[in-house]
Amino acid sequence: MSPQDIQDTRGPKGPTGVDDSAKVTGLGYGRPSGTSPVWLTITKWVLIALVVGLLAIVAQKTIEQGAWVGVVIAAFVAMCVVVVYGTGRSVPLKYLLPGLVLLVALQIWPIAYTVATSFTNYGDGHTFSKQDSVDSIIANSVREVPNTPRYKLSVAVKEKSDPATAEAFYLLTDPAGTTFVGDLTGLNDLPAADVEKAPNGRITKAAGYQILSAIQVNARKDLNSFAVPTKDGGGIKRVGLSEAFEGKANVSYDKTSDTLTDRATGKKYVPLNARWAPVDGQGDPFPQGWKENVGFKNFQNVLTNDTLRSGFLKIFAWNFVFAVVSVGSTFILGMLLALLLNNAKLRGKGLYRSLMILPYALPGFVTALVWSSMFNQDYGLINKMLHLNVDWLGDPWAAKAAILITNLWLGFPYMFIVCTGALQSIPGDVLEAAKIDGASALRTVRSIVMPLLLVAVGPLLIASFAFNFNNFGLIFLLTGGGPFEASDTSIGSSDLLITYAYRLAFSGVSPNYGLAATVSIFIFAFVALMSYQGFRRTKALEDVN
Amino acid sequence: MSGISDARPLAIPRAVEKVAPPRPSSPRGMWWRHGLAILALVWSLFPIVFIISAAINPAGTLNTAELLPKDMSMINFDALFSDTSRPYLTWYKNSMIIAGLGSLASVFIGACAAYAFSRMRFTGRRPGLLALLMLQMFPALLAFVALYITFDGVGNVFPAFGLSTSPGLILAYLGGAMGANVWLLKGYFDTVPRELDEAAKVDGASHARIFFTMTLRLVMPILVTVFMLAFVGLFSEFMLASIFLRDVDSQTLGVGLWSMTKGNERNRLFGQFCAGAVLASLPVVLLYLGFQKQLVGGLTQGSVK
Repeated sequence: MSPQDIQDTRGPKGPTGVDDSAKVTGLGYGRPSGTSPVWLTITKWVLIALVVGLLAIVAQKTIEQGAWVGVVIAAFVAMCVVVVYGTGRSVPLKYLLPGLVLLVALQIWPIAYTVATSFTNYGDGHTFSKQDSVDSIIANSVREVPNTPRYKLSVAVKEKSDPATAEAFYLLTDPAGTTFVGDLTGLNDLPAADVEKAPNGRITKAAGYQILSAIQVNARKDLNSFAVPTKDGGGIKRVGLSEAFEGKANVSYDKTSDTLTDRATGKKYVPLNARWAPVDGQGDPFPQGWKENVGFKNFQNVLTNDTLRSGFLKIFAWNFVFAVVSVGSTFILGMLLALLLNNAKLRGKGLYRSLMILPYALPGFVTALVWSSMFNQDYGLINKMLHLNVDWLGDPWAAKAAILITNLWLGFPYMFIVCTGALQSIPGDVLEAAKIDGASALRTVRSIVMPLLLVAVGPLLIASFAFNFNNFGLIFLLTGGGPFEASDTSIGSSDLLITYAYRLAFSGVSPNYGLAATVSIFIFAFVALMSYQGFRRTKALEDVN
Repeated sequence: MSGISDARPLAIPRAVEKVAPPRPSSPRGMWWRHGLAILALVWSLFPIVFIISAAINPAGTLNTAELLPKDMSMINFDALFSDTSRPYLTWYKNSMIIAGLGSLASVFIGACAAYAFSRMRFTGRRPGLLALLMLQMFPALLAFVALYITFDGVGNVFPAFGLSTSPGLILAYLGGAMGANVWLLKGYFDTVPRELDEAAKVDGASHARIFFTMTLRLVMPILVTVFMLAFVGLFSEFMLASIFLRDVDSQTLGVGLWSMTKGNERNRLFGQFCAGAVLASLPVVLLYLGFQKQLVGGLTQGSVK
């Protein structure tokens, strides 16, 4: 990716651009005086130019979409690239920049954005700004004005753009034969010289545009709400494939009083809970609400709303138990097996070990999906083999047991590997000394092997706990968080916080991104607390060098 | 390997008797270990045997699946490859591309950063390392809501990097590339003697030349390990993939196989699903068996010591 780095430190250093590595080694030898080969310098600058060019295209595209933030970011990154790779100012940054850009853009920014989202009501019916909600309601209330002529319509996109996603244009011919082009901003004249028309007046060809086929038009769901605004507050909408009508909006917005009025029914609507609700309280609010800041309401809801709170606590408790039991059971089984096979006289150890790690080598989704089939009540292998009739996935407690059994199977090989490694690194003379002192095998394990083992694998147990705490794949694929109580279908009895948050955001009929982000924040907080404790114990931070 | 057997000649007889009288002296004393180990093997292998036998069972449904197959045929595999509404080979290709490119890029980014952290001294180095350690605790998947909304927006401007695209998902994975691997890599970089760098520098090599032509070769073993760990991780990743990849043709094996087990399909398509699961497991299982040493070493060092 960046051979452009090659040979770029030969130039004179800037005032702050100390060559750190030379300083630290303390040898104090001067910089080599040779110059880099010409082709390398050229390659380097060509690559820098390429990256900057690419970012320019990015900026260009974002301008087209009106996303100014994108332009600023692209310009900033381009500047960084030129400064870092074009000059010798900071050598470390040449190596850190790619990772750093990705880290900031895709890990730190999402975290910050999650925090921001948790303070909003972002979700179903609250996805855009208030102005957009007004526009959408007005555009949707457009009805055909009686006795107005219809236009002939062709739907088009700009030439050489993607028919499925590019911005749509309506090419219109009015009864008098005049041609227009309309988009989301309004209606403009289309010079007659640029178009070819069918006998019925419909445009079949227009310079600079690509007319969509019927199939392509039908594939574009966004056209159903597409309306070309007209000067008097109405809009031109599509009827079928080749006709459009001019309509007038029934709803109007009054800026000063901040109300919507429906002319057909005479009802007034005022803002209430980020939606337009009827002022007299009779009837439903419009479905199009807007996104707004709700402060700590989401947090307050989780902590004080009775159903939410009890559900949340239930999930949290099970989440904790699940992680602890998973780590504990896999560690004990893995350790016992490691002790069992850790004997010099035992033959075929290699084979045993290779076969025993197989469960860990299967991709996690395969394991979870297969076990979920094996736990099937009617046809599943488990019930068939053990002659049971347990409703593994339908009973709250059995589902929990099923999850723990699966995770034991999935996780013990890892602990087995880790413990085997740790056991082999326990010095022989310690065990020897124990033997001389007359300690029994059991006693040796309990008083010598175990403490040494725990020191070695302690941090791995913490890491494993943190991983299992958010083990989304296992739960989601095995039980889906279920079974669910009939009275409350949002909280499953084997849900983890992360699967709960996922369902809030994606699977429900009304996604609630704000609340999902809030649950994520709780997970963040808990993980932070836990790893802080863990690190304090292991003192990992002290010997960073 | 264990100290017990080496110590025997030195130990006084009484202690030997007390520890385990006949056991270490003859292989016969090993039978109980073999017995337990075989029991453990049964436990760890029966689901795998079940998947394979269901995959080759011509009946091909969950209710007819047995632990040991009575019949053998490749009919489930044929069904898997010819199912046009479930493009298994496309899923396979997507998974390989996403895991392959994703882990290559992540190894390269990690190696560059580790070189800087290991070989150079600069302001912000120690805080930077600690910050990476902290960030590791907050995997990108916790911010899944924000990632989804962000990439939805990105897709409006650059369809090639939006939701339901491989490049978009790879990008999302790369956010954690530096944090996840730098510590493991840096530890190994530190073991390569600095004198080598200095000698090369005296000879007139620039830092980039040292890095690309010398250091990268010397640390190849850890690069291989990190690549494989990353590959296994990305190949098995499910959550972000299921959020991002909405179109059937853009999905990975995990998301695709999941869609084959929803509702009534679970029973009907079970044989086909198991055939797919067996093939999907092959790359990772082969990696594990082929590079057991490196992977095991990487796993045990993976966490922060």
